[in-house]
Amino acid sequence: MTESTISKSFKRNEDPRLLTGNGNYIDDIDFPGMLHVAIKRSDYAHARIKKIDTEEAKKIPGVVAVYTAEDLGDYWRPGPLQVPPPTAIKGSVFHARPLECIAKHKIRFSGEPVAVVVAESRYIAEDALDFIYLDVEPLQYVGELEKTLDPDAPLIHEDLESNLAADVVQEVGSWEKAAAEADVVIKKRIVTNHVAGAALENRGLIAVWDDNFKILNVWATTQGPIPMRNSIARYLGLMENQIRLMNPDIGGGFGPKIMSSQIDDVVVPWIAMKLKKPIKWVEDRRENFLGTTSERDQVHYAEIALKNDGTILGVKDVFYHNTGAYNPYGMTIPLNTQTHVISIYNIPNYYTQIKMVFTNQMVVTPVRGAGRSHGIFVMERLLDFAAKELGMDPVELRRKNILPPEKLPFRTGVIGQDFVENVLDSGNYPLALEKTVDAIEYEKFKKEIQPKLRAEGKNKGIGVIMFTEGTAVGPYEGAKVMVGVTGKVNIVCAYSNQGQGHYTTLAQIAANQLGVDIKDISVVIGDTGQWQWGVGAFASRGITLVGTAVHQASVKVREKALELASKLLNTPKDELEVADGVVRVADVPEHFISLGELAMRANPTRGTVEEGMEPGLEAASYYGPPHGATGYGCLGLILDIDPETAKVKIERLVITDDCGTNINPMIVDGQIHGGLQMGIGEAFYENLVYDDYGQLVTASFMDYLFPQATDMPEKFEIKHLVTPSPLNPLGIKGIGEAGAICVPACFMQALEDAFEGMDLDITQSFMGPSKLFHYVQKAKGA
Amino acid sequence: MTQKVKVAITVNGTLYERDVEPRLLLSDFIRHDLGLKGTHVGCEHGLCGACTVLIDGHSARSCTLFAVMVDGSEIKTVESLGTIDNMHPLQEAFHEKHALQCGFCTPGFLMTAVEYLEGNPNPTAEQAREAIDGNFCRCTGYENIVEAVQLAAKKMAAH
Repeated sequence: MTESTISKSFKRNEDPRLLTGNGNYIDDIDFPGMLHVAIKRSDYAHARIKKIDTEEAKKIPGVVAVYTAEDLGDYWRPGPLQVPPPTAIKGSVFHARPLECIAKHKIRFSGEPVAVVVAESRYIAEDALDFIYLDVEPLQYVGELEKTLDPDAPLIHEDLESNLAADVVQEVGSWEKAAAEADVVIKKRIVTNHVAGAALENRGLIAVWDDNFKILNVWATTQGPIPMRNSIARYLGLMENQIRLMNPDIGGGFGPKIMSSQIDDVVVPWIAMKLKKPIKWVEDRRENFLGTTSERDQVHYAEIALKNDGTILGVKDVFYHNTGAYNPYGMTIPLNTQTHVISIYNIPNYYTQIKMVFTNQMVVTPVRGAGRSHGIFVMERLLDFAAKELGMDPVELRRKNILPPEKLPFRTGVIGQDFVENVLDSGNYPLALEKTVDAIEYEKFKKEIQPKLRAEGKNKGIGVIMFTEGTAVGPYEGAKVMVGVTGKVNIVCAYSNQGQGHYTTLAQIAANQLGVDIKDISVVIGDTGQWQWGVGAFASRGITLVGTAVHQASVKVREKALELASKLLNTPKDELEVADGVVRVADVPEHFISLGELAMRANPTRGTVEEGMEPGLEAASYYGPPHGATGYGCLGLILDIDPETAKVKIERLVITDDCGTNINPMIVDGQIHGGLQMGIGEAFYENLVYDDYGQLVTASFMDYLFPQATDMPEKFEIKHLVTPSPLNPLGIKGIGEAGAICVPACFMQALEDAFEGMDLDITQSFMGPSKLFHYVQKAKGA
Repeated sequence: MTQKVKVAITVNGTLYERDVEPRLLLSDFIRHDLGLKGTHVGCEHGLCGACTVLIDGHSARSCTLFAVMVDGSEIKTVESLGTIDNMHPLQEAFHEKHALQCGFCTPGFLMTAVEYLEGNPNPTAEQAREAIDGNFCRCTGYENIVEAVQLAAKKMAAH
């Protein structure tokens, strides 16, 4: 057996291509005769459409066509929902209002598409947008979450009785009992920030209809190639194999690129078939801010009941969740919030209620963290307020309530986004806390360093929080592994890669079984012409689900190679080994047959075969876990704040994380880095703001502050624990969202600590520089 | 249709004489007229830095310039650095330090860093961080990019 290729930091196979300008992103794809689409978007947030006049736009030289909802005829229809309603939860209410590709009767958010222009160039298409005239009856904007359900609130979907989109209650034990028995009950209104995915590359889609072969070729930046292909097939009345949907290189995803049944995948293919021309649409940054999805906006009324010694008796959390104008992505985000409030704590009684509400804002779907960060934020803030109330050290209060390792696996009793009970499958939570506390020298800072700093009038604070990361949810993914006649290996799947390193990590998993150099393993991701089944890139599930499928398929291929080689080499299987691209007799290494030769032989061209024989040195496999794998960790921060300017320096950042087996530790650390950057952005820089009329006033990077290099700490200090997940053979858990989940809660704890005695009382997950400045001034009584 | 204007622009050592619309962005000229797709466009308003190229040796955002404004200039894009089989030391350093994930912002970082390293052959981590502060990356948290710039400096000194 050759050396294992798992848990090694291989440099990435995809890098040289991407580093030299040889990537192939959506806007890099061109075809002769290609036409370009630009989308007319509404400036109104809420309005009834009276007339859309496109006549002048059509007259502009170079404009080929202009379409509104009316022009789509019967083809126009809303939906489908991308994620089904949560019927697994008893008593849940869900009013499905899937996306409309183009607004037909009513506009429900500023930025909603109302028409498309097709022209010979993108410049001309954009020119024409200004000559499309909207005649509308403006309606009152609905945006403030807690007012959406007022009896006099204007209705966003007028066939509903109210703006309630969903109502889901889950309870474990009895909150009433916990509150009655408690020494202390603390209640807070907690607000989570509204942020954008803000991938550096915007979205895009190209459709080319081959009228001879009746095949539609589509290139799309989607995170879910199969669901998007199926949605297009259903709209156009085509069989799945008439559509070949391919991911080009994708410039980051972070959630919003998961969406389908939007204007791009519904209308662009329709135009391509109608005009029989290649059609390209590439979103610009303003459109991405206005019309692509975003996340986080929730208002919680949260309570915690404790004994005087700090023991948690129960938590109650009733929260409003903003779903925007439609709810195509179901309950994924708020269900994640419900499961993540529990985090790693022992909470015997837990009542949680989601009130999902429609607003006249862009649609809300997952952004890295996806509901988890809100749950963690609420729980960690409650603990901080409780610690203050009880006069306990925040770390001590956490120590007291952590679930010990012997309690795992722990069934939480709360159903999550995958519609099965959330289970904390494995780990050592107290160890993660202690490792972080030791590394950041918590005791020393609190007892020795901080008193001196305070005496000098300096505002330096420390925070330590715990978090879980629900990852690797079902239902399933699959992959096929094939040894080619050259002896090189190819993996195909219909997942989606936006930079996670799958071209390398999936190759490592296959190499581990097949004894092939990872540079000789190519990976095709997101090509529905090559692999037909899958769900998509979300919930940090790629390496666990696709990786396990690749592992299982590779085991089968290895077995097939051994079977065949055993016959050809006249040697029992158990005396053979697979290494260095050959199958050889372990004791007589010169007696071998190459994998390429075996691949040739695996496709016999004459003679007969045994019954049940499957040709080719290839195998497919599917993997679906019974429930998600739960990663976890602990974050420590030391913040140094200048109270006069509200400039915050992250002096230290220590994170301990356990995502089970690291297939490639270098890539795991990279995922943690990127997540932390988004978490820092959410806590201190990024903030989507709508004005009183539903206009997004932060629709550019001039206004939406993107976290930059000098906003980061000098070093992300990462400590690892490795508790293999019992759910899959390689023991993997996801890691993509850890960093994004944990920062805001820790940030606020450290800020409050820096201004001890001022009682900042921070109940929101965004504390940008000017906001912090005002908080400090207010607390000072200035 | 607007009148086209003649321009003569040297890109990566090749002189291109073209008739372009005055409003054609330099980024679109490079990408779509010349087919050099390594230069990327992330925000179209000069903030993100993905479209950074060198104009007469100085880094600039190609999305906020018109092609006609650089008539007569010499432009360098990421394609001028190295090839897949023979990467520039800076590209090697990015590879070795895992300084890219999705790769979309990377050409902009490379063009910013290549100019910087010419005048600053031995930067501290703090200086390297400052140098790349104008380029946005959503994937990496920048730490590995800072390390890659420093590693590149060492590699280039050894060359």
